[in-house]
Amino acid sequence: MTTTSTVPHHTVQPADARRSFVERWLAMIFLAPTVLGMALFTFLPIIGSLVLAFFRWDIISAPQFVGFANFASLAEDPTVRVSFLNTIVFVIVAVLLQLGIALGLASMLQARMPSWLRVFLRSTFFFPLVLSAASVSIFMRYMFNEQFGVVNWLLSLIGIPAVPWLTSPVASAAVVVLVYVWQNFGFSFLLFLGALTNIPKELHEAANLDGATGWKQFSNVTLPLISPTVLVASVMAIISALQVFDQPYVLTNGGPGDSTRTAVMVIFESAFQQLEFGEASAIGLILTVLILAVTALQFRLSRRFVFYQ
Amino acid sequence: MSSQTLHTGTEKHSGSTTGTPTTPKGYRKRRLSAAGTVGTYTALAVAAALTLGPVLWTLSTSLRTPSESFNLPPSFLPINPDFTAYQDVFKQINVGLLVLNSALVTGLIALGQMASATLAGYAFARLDFRGKKAIFSLVLATMMVPVQVTIVPVFMLIRGMGLSDTLLALILPAIPTAFGTFLMRQYFLGLPNDFAEAAALDGAGPWRIFRSVYVPLAVPGMAIVGILAFNFHWNEFFRPLILTISEQNFTLPLGLVTLQGNLGTGSISVVLAGVILSMLPALVVFIFGQRTLREGLTAGASK
Repeated sequence: MTTTSTVPHHTVQPADARRSFVERWLAMIFLAPTVLGMALFTFLPIIGSLVLAFFRWDIISAPQFVGFANFASLAEDPTVRVSFLNTIVFVIVAVLLQLGIALGLASMLQARMPSWLRVFLRSTFFFPLVLSAASVSIFMRYMFNEQFGVVNWLLSLIGIPAVPWLTSPVASAAVVVLVYVWQNFGFSFLLFLGALTNIPKELHEAANLDGATGWKQFSNVTLPLISPTVLVASVMAIISALQVFDQPYVLTNGGPGDSTRTAVMVIFESAFQQLEFGEASAIGLILTVLILAVTALQFRLSRRFVFYQ
Repeated sequence: MSSQTLHTGTEKHSGSTTGTPTTPKGYRKRRLSAAGTVGTYTALAVAAALTLGPVLWTLSTSLRTPSESFNLPPSFLPINPDFTAYQDVFKQINVGLLVLNSALVTGLIALGQMASATLAGYAFARLDFRGKKAIFSLVLATMMVPVQVTIVPVFMLIRGMGLSDTLLALILPAIPTAFGTFLMRQYFLGLPNDFAEAAALDGAGPWRIFRSVYVPLAVPGMAIVGILAFNFHWNEFFRPLILTISEQNFTLPLGLVTLQGNLGTGSISVVLAGVILSMLPALVVFIFGQRTLREGLTAGASK
């Protein structure tokens, strides 16, 4: 793309003209794989998406300009609408759960304990992150099986009747959230653990002396100190939750009905099953705008609410 | 010492007894009542059990005969481990081919990312050229674009290049890496300048300085990029689902999901045997490269 051509061919460096000439050429060669690769596989596709969003195209016949019709489908097509609503509800519930569990566990790990135990627990909570979401969803689907699943068996021990986990709309949405959070809380946990460990222990000692303990110390001392991490962890969690696909695809395939269909599932289905490439691009762009909005909000919020030392 | 620039603080827990406040004495004193302590330990134990339980259930079920696989209560330790599921998974689907495909795709992406990110990161950190800031911002901006948004045009591009339904379709688009470039730039910025000056005085040119002085020093940074790439692409599902069509080009996660679909709930131990097999490389990375992986994963959040 144009990015490589902006690299100059003649600037005069004070030190050694020949050397800087070589250096510039070296820089261009070094950047070429990354910059050209991105031009081809990211920037060109973004432009392609922007153009395609205004066309109706099934790859076979000639593309047809349709203006904003593809975007209107978001308002009109019930499946698209429900999927976006599902995605937003999913993001809110999953992110709150993920951050709550992560912060709770990271705080508890600050308690006095043998260091082998701390290392063991940290590794344990981190472990699901290295698994594939598809594989996790495969075994979770068996575990949540209504008749034979181990989850319902455990619930039966405390007298709860079998839950139709994968066949009721609400329960299946809950399963998608639970499976997603199970795998991803470890990431937020690591961020919080790092932040909590970096708090100078004198601050806690001072708070102890002042009589601020327990919850009071947590909300007045700890939380403000880790607020930059809380913000970053929230934004990262929201952005990745907005793109949820593997879990609902494998666990429920969007069902029953459309109850667990997400925005990315609709992109996938409209492009590669219904061959509505224009509509898929339009939905993708809306998702991108959502992601950019969350990122922009991060910068806003960080100026207002976050306490930097 | 591996990577001072990417230090995130979490390593303090790693149990070394050298100076860092891991010793119980130096560790933060929080006055917890006896009930509070019991509550904390109980919550941690429950959380650990809920995290490990599903994986242990998967392992134990994969070691039972299909007829026993839905036995309730589930016994976590099969008394007579039965490995037929592991043999069957090779018969039912060509797991060997899936592993080979996954290894090829993941390995080449990791190598490609390590090479391209090292080169680009070095250029951004240590070479002078005009437009550096602008180009770097553009590279970083690609991190904000989710793969789902570019997948339709990428799919068409791949078709246009005649690479439909090949492993290259998975490999090529994944090699340019904004995050890897960012990590390597940080890494090179953290290395001292003296080496370059000394080498330049000895008459070494920019290429020699890069190749003989900085590349050897950057190996730990490259390891982070490689391990992150491995972890991500070994587990990847969305792109293979779209970019490969015939089963002979499937990667492991896609092959396993297909197997589950074909088998229904009939022989779950076979599917779970496949799942366990697919976890093994991730487990190896987890055991031997956990710190590197942790540093890499959290590097994006800490500046």
